[in-house]
Amino acid sequence: MTRVSEHLNQALHDLMEADPRVHVLGEDVSDPYGGAFKVTRGLSTRFGDRVRSTPLSEGALTGVGAGLALAGDRAVVEIMFADFAALAFDQLVNFAAKSTSMYGRPVPIPLVVRCPSGGNRGYGPTHSQSPQKHFIGVPGLSLFEMTPFHDAGELFARMFALGQPCLFFEDKVLYTRRMYSGGVVDDLFRYELAGGVARVFLDGVTEPDCTLIAHGGMTHRALAAMRELLLEEDLACELLVPARLHPLPGLPGLERARHVCVVEDGSEGGTWGAEVARLLYPRLWSTLRRPIGLISAADSVIPAAPHLEREVLVQPGRIRHTIVEALS
Amino acid sequence: MIVTVPTPAGMRNAPSPPADEDLELLLLIRHFELTLLRLFEAGELSGTTHTCLGQEYIPVALKPLLQADDHVFSNHRGHGHFLARHAEPYGLLAEIMGREGALCAGVGGSQHIYHRRFLSTGVQGESLPVAVGVALTLKGSGALACAYIGDGTWGEGSVYEALNMAQLWRVPLLVVVENNGIAQSTPTSAQMSGDIAARAAAFDVLHHRMTSTEVDEIRAELAPLVAVVRGDGRPLVAEFVTHRLGPHSKGDDTRPPEEIARAGDHDWYARYARMFPDPFDRLDRERRELVERIAAEVTARPPSVWERR
Ligand SMILES: Cc1ncc(C[n+]2csc(CCOP(=O)(O)OP(=O)(O)O)c2C)c(N)n1
Ligand SMILES: [Mg+2]
Repeated sequence: MTRVSEHLNQALHDLMEADPRVHVLGEDVSDPYGGAFKVTRGLSTRFGDRVRSTPLSEGALTGVGAGLALAGDRAVVEIMFADFAALAFDQLVNFAAKSTSMYGRPVPIPLVVRCPSGGNRGYGPTHSQSPQKHFIGVPGLSLFEMTPFHDAGELFARMFALGQPCLFFEDKVLYTRRMYSGGVVDDLFRYELAGGVARVFLDGVTEPDCTLIAHGGMTHRALAAMRELLLEEDLACELLVPARLHPLPGLPGLERARHVCVVEDGSEGGTWGAEVARLLYPRLWSTLRRPIGLISAADSVIPAAPHLEREVLVQPGRIRHTIVEALS
Repeated sequence: MIVTVPTPAGMRNAPSPPADEDLELLLLIRHFELTLLRLFEAGELSGTTHTCLGQEYIPVALKPLLQADDHVFSNHRGHGHFLARHAEPYGLLAEIMGREGALCAGVGGSQHIYHRRFLSTGVQGESLPVAVGVALTLKGSGALACAYIGDGTWGEGSVYEALNMAQLWRVPLLVVVENNGIAQSTPTSAQMSGDIAARAAAFDVLHHRMTSTEVDEIRAELAPLVAVVRGDGRPLVAEFVTHRLGPHSKGDDTRPPEEIARAGDHDWYARYARMFPDPFDRLDRERRELVERIAAEVTARPPSVWERR
């Protein structure tokens, strides 16, 4: 069994081994600490100067990553908590993303900014956010998210191949979960990967009652809801988990679903889910029977106390309830 | 540590004439900038443009101190920085005017140019961390990253984040500060507590302040320090006390006329015209006519085409 954090760590080792142009930068990423979530463990011991623990300077360390990329190298930058990507907004939006096109010709900026995101760990308002929505629709900036289905090495390769800065969200709870393999999720669900999208399905069900669309960090809560919906409500669901959140890849099979619902952990309003729905409406208009469902975290800061945090973030019970209601 | 090399006495009072080549470049930049202001008045330019009138000697002085493999980062006031780095006035004007032959297809305009290791961008202070990243790749190669910033830009946190990293990681970074005593409309005294030397010292970064406007004097002072940047791989803040003769951007000068006149007292143009009429008058006429030809030729070109990805 491989945990997601170990899998990411191995992918970074492989990446640095295979490509001497790759640098890793971030706060406390060097050994023996190996990053706040241990994802960079062992890298500085093996790769020396190409791995740098930086001062607490999210803006500049992102800019340094962009500079390395501009000069022909490749940089993986770690922002200790995704909330702090706000401090790197200028470098990401005004420099890294714009530079890929504002000089009148494509300028490659192979830069991956890793952002440990999400709550359910009691870290409180400034260390729990899923800030994906703040970065959607920036020309030249792509958003990816780790999932338990996708090979991280392939994702790094894809992101670098784009030659554009990419934010790579990694849900902090996901770190502790295992990677799925062999097309099997559990006793009920199977999965397949196609076109960069993981599709989780029930064997033999071709016309699901509901297809859920979620980002990687929502996977387990969506799966828990799907299990209850099947066993207790007799509703068969499918789940689509794209690794690339923006621009969104084509999502397979939605025409066959009775209902489509996007589930995300970002706070309500101006969300990734709304953007997904905007893209899907024209395509699904003739087959939709009801509006696309949007399930987001509450319009609220994320409290520290577990009982309060649970209420704000999306939990399986809420997904189940919302879908039952939509389909009744 | 602060290294302050005193200005050689005597040179200030009796400057020898600059080499023809330097004077030509100074005059090219001067007439380029004056022409931009004229084109603006005539409605031929759009947007905004920041001229470096009075500050031309800084990039001209730096020109021979930079090598072909150095990277130069520039800011909003970058036409002189560019022309002293690359002799491509047609391409630059075409970029500013959105005409065929533009350096960046007219997408970047005056403030956003990326051409042969020269990169400018319009967000103050943003380039310094990027320059540190580029300089990391240059460590030990003998090349350096040079970044121009103004005094007002010392208000940006990115400057300090970058200086800290540059010194910690010993990268060959030359920060050229054009301290013209003003940022847009606000005097430095109303923006900056303390001074640049002390800020550099706080990061243990070498700092050198220059008041001369003579390119040869500046080169003599700076050459050994630039060699330290290359050889030891450490950053240097080279601060030029300089004077902005013109508006911040076309026609927005709110300074009283006396103050603008005081800035004008430092103008190399008037000084050289007075002290060295030969070759000044001839070279001045030649460069003016050259820029007139460039402007006429570029203005007549068709619009630039941007091949979007
Ligand atoms: C981050 C940012 N804030 C504000 C501006 C608008 N602006 C452009 S130039 C300038 C003044 C810059 O002053 P200084 O650094 O002294 O350079 P100078 O114009 O004197 O050459 C301002 C406020 C900007 N371009 N970027
Ligand atoms: Mg200034």
